[in-house]
Amino acid sequence: MSSVRVLVGTRKGAFVLRSDGTRKSWQVDGPFFPGWEIYHVNGSPAEPNRIYVSQTSGWFGQQMQRSDDGGNTWEPIGNEFLYAGETGTHQWYDGTQRPWEFKRIWHLEPSATDPDVVHAGAEDAAIFRSGDGGKTWTELAALRNHDSAPSWQPGAGGMCLHTIIFDPKDPQRIFVAISAAGAFRSDDGGQSWKPINRGLVSQYIPDPGAEVGHCVHRLAMHPSRPNVLFMQKHWDVMRTDDAGESWREISGDLPTDFGFAIDVHAHEPDTVYVVPIKSDEQHFPLEGALRVYRSRSGGNQWEPLTKGLPQRDCYVNVLRDAMAVDDLDSCGVYFGTTGGQVYASADAGETWSAIVHDLPAVLSVEVQTLA
Amino acid sequence: MIRVVLPSHLRTLARIESTEVALDVDGDATQATVLDALEERFPVLCGAIRDRTSGRRRPFIRFFACRRDLSHESPDAPLPGAVRGGDEPFLIVGAIAGG
Repeated sequence: MSSVRVLVGTRKGAFVLRSDGTRKSWQVDGPFFPGWEIYHVNGSPAEPNRIYVSQTSGWFGQQMQRSDDGGNTWEPIGNEFLYAGETGTHQWYDGTQRPWEFKRIWHLEPSATDPDVVHAGAEDAAIFRSGDGGKTWTELAALRNHDSAPSWQPGAGGMCLHTIIFDPKDPQRIFVAISAAGAFRSDDGGQSWKPINRGLVSQYIPDPGAEVGHCVHRLAMHPSRPNVLFMQKHWDVMRTDDAGESWREISGDLPTDFGFAIDVHAHEPDTVYVVPIKSDEQHFPLEGALRVYRSRSGGNQWEPLTKGLPQRDCYVNVLRDAMAVDDLDSCGVYFGTTGGQVYASADAGETWSAIVHDLPAVLSVEVQTLA
Repeated sequence: MIRVVLPSHLRTLARIESTEVALDVDGDATQATVLDALEERFPVLCGAIRDRTSGRRRPFIRFFACRRDLSHESPDAPLPGAVRGGDEPFLIVGAIAGG
C-alpha cells in the first residue's frame, strides 16, 4: 500500500510526518537539528530515501545534511558555497552597489533521475549544483553574471533564489525565481539565462513593466505541461502558456491576490491552489479566516476551500515553500503555517485537518509519495 | 594543549560529547591557529565560526578567555598565557540574542 512522508522545515528544526495512503493517522518524528532554522527539506524523486536539508543559523551559518534512510539518520554534507569567479555587485537598499555575499540556502531541488544531483538556491541570489550527493557545490555563475544583475536588489526577505524548476521534457531548460529580481529561464542547462517577466506589472517599482525587479514569490508547474507556469507574485497571480515569454493575470475573483504559496494538482494540470493573504503590510488571512482558493479552470475562477480550516481569529501566514501535493489517486494537498500547523487534505482540498498543531513556524513543506 | 569550549549547537553538529575539546597546537597558540586545529579535527565546523570566504569571525560569535573579550583582538595575536598553558579554556560563545 502506498504511503506518504511529509518533510517539514521550521524555524527551530525539521520534522518528518508519516502516514499510510489513507492519510488519516500521522506519526510525527523530530525535531531534527533542534534550534536551527530549516529552510528546506526535500527528497530525491530518484531515490526517495535520500533527503537533503538546508540547516542554517544567524550565529553559525549554513550547514547541509543528508539522510539516506528516509529521515531516520543524518550526516553533514558539504556547506561550501563559493561564488564562482569575480563576485560582482548588486544594488543595495540605499542605491549603492554591494558585493554578493552568501547568507543561506533557501531551496533544494534534487534531480528527478539522479540521486547524486541536486541544485540549491541561495541568498544572495545564485544557483549551485552538486553532482556528488551534496559533498561539493559549484555555482552556475551565468545567472549571477547576467547583464541585469547589478540592478537586482533584495526584497524585505533578502535577495533569495527560492524557486528552481526543471522542465521534465527538456533537461536543459531550467526556471528560477528571485526576490526581488523576477523569473529567469535557461535553455542550455544554466550556461545562459534570460529574464522572463514580460506581462508582469508591479506598481511598487519605478517602471511597473520593467524587465527585472519584480517580486516573484513562487512558481509552480505541472510536469505534463512544462510550458505552462503559474506564479504567485507579491501582488497578482499570473500564468504563462509559453514558458515565460509572456504572462497574463489570472487573479480573477480572488478576494486578494497577495500571497506566497502556489501549487498545482498532481493529476489535473488546470487545478491550481493559492492561499490569499490580506496584504503586503498585513501578512495574515483576510478577516481572520484561513482559506485555500482553488481554480479548476487554470485561473480567473476561484473557489474558497474552508472545511476544516479555522474560520475565525486566525492570523498566520503561509510562506512560499510551504505548500505541496502528493501523487496519490485522490490528490493530497498540504501546507504549513507560521503558527506551526501543517494542514492536509486527502481529497484535493474539499476537507482539511491539522496533521500536527504546534510546531515552530513552518518555513517549508514537501511531500513524498512512497510505493 | 589548548582547551576549547564550544556552544552546544556546535558540539551537537560536530558530535562532541564532552564539554571541552583538547587541541594540540604548535608554537604560540593564536585564535587563528586554534581555530585551524579545531576545523582540521572537526571539518563540519568550517564556516560555522569563521566566514569561509573572508576568514573573519562570524558576527554573532564571540571569543572569551580569562574573563576578557578577545573577539576584537588580532587573530594572529598570541592567546593569554593561561590559555596557552592549559589552565584556562578558550571560550567560543554564541552572542546573546536579547529581546
